[in-house]
Amino acid sequence: MSLMTEVGQKAFNLGVPIAVHMDVTYRCNERCVHCYLDHDDHGEMTTDEIKGVLDQLAEAGVFFLTFSGGEVFMRRDFFELVEHARSLMFNVKIKTNAVMIHEEEARRIRELGVDTIQISVYSHRPEVHDAITKLPHSLERTVRSIRFLREQGLRVTIANVLMTANYSDHAGVQQLAAELDAQYTLDPTITPMMDGDTSVLALRIPGEELKQVFSNPALVENQEEFCAPPKAPSEEDLEGYSCSAGHSFCYISPYGDVFPCVQFPLPTGNLRQQKFLDIWNFSPQMQEVRSIQAKHLTVCSSCSHLTSCSRCPGLAYVEGNMRGPSTADCEKSFYRTGVPTANMLRLGLSKPQSTTGDTAHLIQIRPIAVPA
Amino acid sequence: MPETCTYIARSSAIAARALAGEMMVMNSADSTFFTLNEVATAIFQAADGRTPLREIVRDRICGQFDVDPNEAQADAEQFVAALSSHGILKVSNQPLSSEPAR
Ligand code: SF4
Ligand code: SF4
Repeated sequence: MSLMTEVGQKAFNLGVPIAVHMDVTYRCNERCVHCYLDHDDHGEMTTDEIKGVLDQLAEAGVFFLTFSGGEVFMRRDFFELVEHARSLMFNVKIKTNAVMIHEEEARRIRELGVDTIQISVYSHRPEVHDAITKLPHSLERTVRSIRFLREQGLRVTIANVLMTANYSDHAGVQQLAAELDAQYTLDPTITPMMDGDTSVLALRIPGEELKQVFSNPALVENQEEFCAPPKAPSEEDLEGYSCSAGHSFCYISPYGDVFPCVQFPLPTGNLRQQKFLDIWNFSPQMQEVRSIQAKHLTVCSSCSHLTSCSRCPGLAYVEGNMRGPSTADCEKSFYRTGVPTANMLRLGLSKPQSTTGDTAHLIQIRPIAVPA
Repeated sequence: MPETCTYIARSSAIAARALAGEMMVMNSADSTFFTLNEVATAIFQAADGRTPLREIVRDRICGQFDVDPNEAQADAEQFVAALSSHGILKVSNQPLSSEPAR
């Protein structure tokens, strides 16, 4: 076990929120076709409010802090927030489209001791990337910014979200990442819109193509292990938990709402009304999420994929039951291994259900508490 | 000849946080990640750039833990050298400025 995994496990066991993802704005200069956010400002936290939240997070033991959005640089005070976070000694990661990063910004990011900058690139072809972001010349600008960041010696990760429009471009993006000396990560998950609109799910890579992604050694290392048939879960596995959401990780929206994860839109409290630790320790919703063990899962507890499945309780919640299966993960498990899932067997299906159906409940991400 | 003092200070490039009494430390420049045991955490927390290492060992280590003073001093010097080689601590024979530790 690596030291990092050991520390993560320790935080999980102790219930310490070691990592937090904070969206500082939902505003954005791009309009990506798959984006799940409402880009209007419904009353974002002010500079002082966010600084106050950061103080509380440091006290609560948060170490890994990811600033994301929307586009973080849409906030004019963004560097002030990063500076405050670094003075509190957080390990800071920034997720951005990088379009607004020039030499000066890159230098400032290095001076502030930011750990990593994760940047979305959809294709190495401008016509494909720009059609997804709906911002002309966005690929050109993003790539130029990556060069500025790399010149400063900063670590850059290129995140390649795969969907129908760019599905065949992953090799090109991988090559671009290598040329720029950046890390490459791939994500085939498209999430429903924050207002519950599931139309974007039509952009998800269809199952058969997913199978090709999983069996591509350039994209997935350890093919044999990754695609191996699942092992039946043991008694001990059934005592286990899904993921770190609500255990050692949570998400904070620009309006101060706290959720178990960025992909788990169950409201647990608002930082304009309560202290962070009161929400983390005592919110009934956080406690409920934390109480769910594998044996409590309605369908998944009897699924042979249980221990290897990436089942996301947040996506399951969006489908209507946080203890239920997540269709997107059922699909991944099936196309990864070829072994039917408990959910398919229950429904008598030979192929996983499509994830494009209108099953999502309303996800409340607009401010839950209207600012006073 | 007067004894030279060693001053130690936390670098501004690092991230650090205590988890159940042990300090997690990460250097953003090269992503090296450490956890410090209780004794090392006490030294790290006292690395304010103004207190000489010898004083830190006397007050924060020998005063709190059951250790031999000479052994503690030797261990502390080794620990400081290791962390300074990873850019986590700054070492000088003059007082330094330091980042707050939490
Ligand atoms: S599995 Fe889902 S809810 Fe859990 S950490 Fe991952 S994205 Fe968040
Ligand atoms: S494959 Fe489906 S049913 Fe099986 S554990 Fe994963 S989400 Fe649950």
